[in-house]
Amino acid sequence: MSVLVFTESEDGKFKKIAFEAVSYGKAIADMLNTTVTAIAINSSNTSELGKYGASRVLQVTNNKLDNFNAQAYANVVSQAATNEGAQVIIITSSANGKYMAPLVAVNNQAGYVANATNVPESVSPFKIRSTVYSSKAFAITEISTDTKVIGLAKNAYGLKENEVSITSEDFTPNFSENDFNTEVISVNKATDKVTIADADTVVSGGRGLKGPENWGLIEELATILGAATACSKPVSDMGWRPHGEHVGQTGKPVSSNLYIAIGISGAIQHLAGVNSSKVKVVINNDPEAPFFKAADYGIVGDAFEVVPQLIEKIKEFKAQNA
Amino acid sequence: MKILVCISHVPDTTSKINFTENDTQFDTNGVQFVINPNDEFGLTRAMWFKEKQGASVHVINVGGPETEPTLRKALAIGADEAIRINTPATDGFSVAQQIATIVTEGAYDLVIAGRESLDYNGGMVPGMIAKLTNSNFVHTCIDIEVEGSNVTAIREIDGGKETLKTSFPLVIGGQKGLVQESELRIPNMRGIMQARSKPLHVKEPIESANNTTTLNFEKPEPKGAVKLVDTVDELVSLLHNEAKVI
Repeated sequence: MSVLVFTESEDGKFKKIAFEAVSYGKAIADMLNTTVTAIAINSSNTSELGKYGASRVLQVTNNKLDNFNAQAYANVVSQAATNEGAQVIIITSSANGKYMAPLVAVNNQAGYVANATNVPESVSPFKIRSTVYSSKAFAITEISTDTKVIGLAKNAYGLKENEVSITSEDFTPNFSENDFNTEVISVNKATDKVTIADADTVVSGGRGLKGPENWGLIEELATILGAATACSKPVSDMGWRPHGEHVGQTGKPVSSNLYIAIGISGAIQHLAGVNSSKVKVVINNDPEAPFFKAADYGIVGDAFEVVPQLIEKIKEFKAQNA
Repeated sequence: MKILVCISHVPDTTSKINFTENDTQFDTNGVQFVINPNDEFGLTRAMWFKEKQGASVHVINVGGPETEPTLRKALAIGADEAIRINTPATDGFSVAQQIATIVTEGAYDLVIAGRESLDYNGGMVPGMIAKLTNSNFVHTCIDIEVEGSNVTAIREIDGGKETLKTSFPLVIGGQKGLVQESELRIPNMRGIMQARSKPLHVKEPIESANNTTTLNFEKPEPKGAVKLVDTVDELVSLLHNEAKVI
């Protein structure tokens, strides 16, 4: 009996979503009068998880797992859950998490709800809230199986410190050959940039910027904010920016704390992908741009005047608050 | 090569999202239903396999009779046959079980589903089908090439992409990139006429249990009006003091 939390890491370091998932797991464990066990694959510094409420951590060390492999990772989590008799398994609804969670759910005959935003409304019956319809609504879902898999929406719960003493033990799962049927042969990834998935702030540009040669403005603003850069669909369709930067319904989802949209009118497909960002700022010269209706703060003005001023102001602000 | 494309019947993106019957049902009043966009990218890629590599392409939907126009549209785009499992789609796992049964019976090599559907956004059906049928699985798939029994797939990852080597039987959760938006096909008159005489098999569901039940829906609190400011000084001050995001 416990709550098992899968803790995502990259190059041996936990991602922020790992701490968020443990914080969330601790809250559910408290509701169930049990404790949190974390499962960590090829991660160092596992004691950090104690700060957010994990009492035990199962450590898996295996160089075959250096690249993410959904099948093998799912089997690690499933076996750990079975050994622990876990009632609830928490896997963040990140790109990798959404890849592996359905496999875990089938392995453990568990009902699965993705994109959960809160702790359960009740644990008996087990009712949980999640976003549906591109964050335009919530669903309250009852999970009727003994074991439950919860996909936590990124950045929905936040980090909550709740220090407990933590013990660590090695865990050696069994693999079958089939687990490695899908093999990574190459990875093409910018390592020097903040990714849209991990960023607290995203600065996004649209057609209003008039051409790829003007993206220096977006990049400069992103750099001083420590933000990721993104773009609207027309911008990626025209080849001004790579497809991987396209955010929106058919592009990447954004759930950052701050989303700054510059020269983006806010088509409904774009909004569908950015709805779950917490604070949205719009800079657009068209006061009728639909994005203003969905935004928290806005400036009606020419991006080529406003953005350079904003860059200067934020530099000044950072210097004062450093 | 036998391909099965999973087609979700979803409200068009621009639909107003409302609920009826004490917020337990989606309000379909005035809503236009379409092929789920992620599925449409996959269907179009399947057409490429049909035309270049002689694949047969079937499409499947789990749902009531109201989903048939969406399946007919997939036939008009070029799928050879359609299958409708006659039961409402209420739980990801039971939908996956229904489709997995057809995958096994029909000995499909490749199942193409969308990364997620526009309504529930769970993204769970493709992975569950893969697990239930002991197939390989590539999610957020943006390219797939087949050479004999070797499959190369490209997956979108955070901050980039990775290339994977895999084999049949295979399930992919597809998205934009499998084909570009400009390559999507609008059914022409000939396709629409042909679709009328293509087989659309209605099958009764196998017995399956729901692991989850959606009890009700809620809409978010209406958002306050945007605060329009005139200067960047005001903006930075609000972002710092009020929103506390910088």
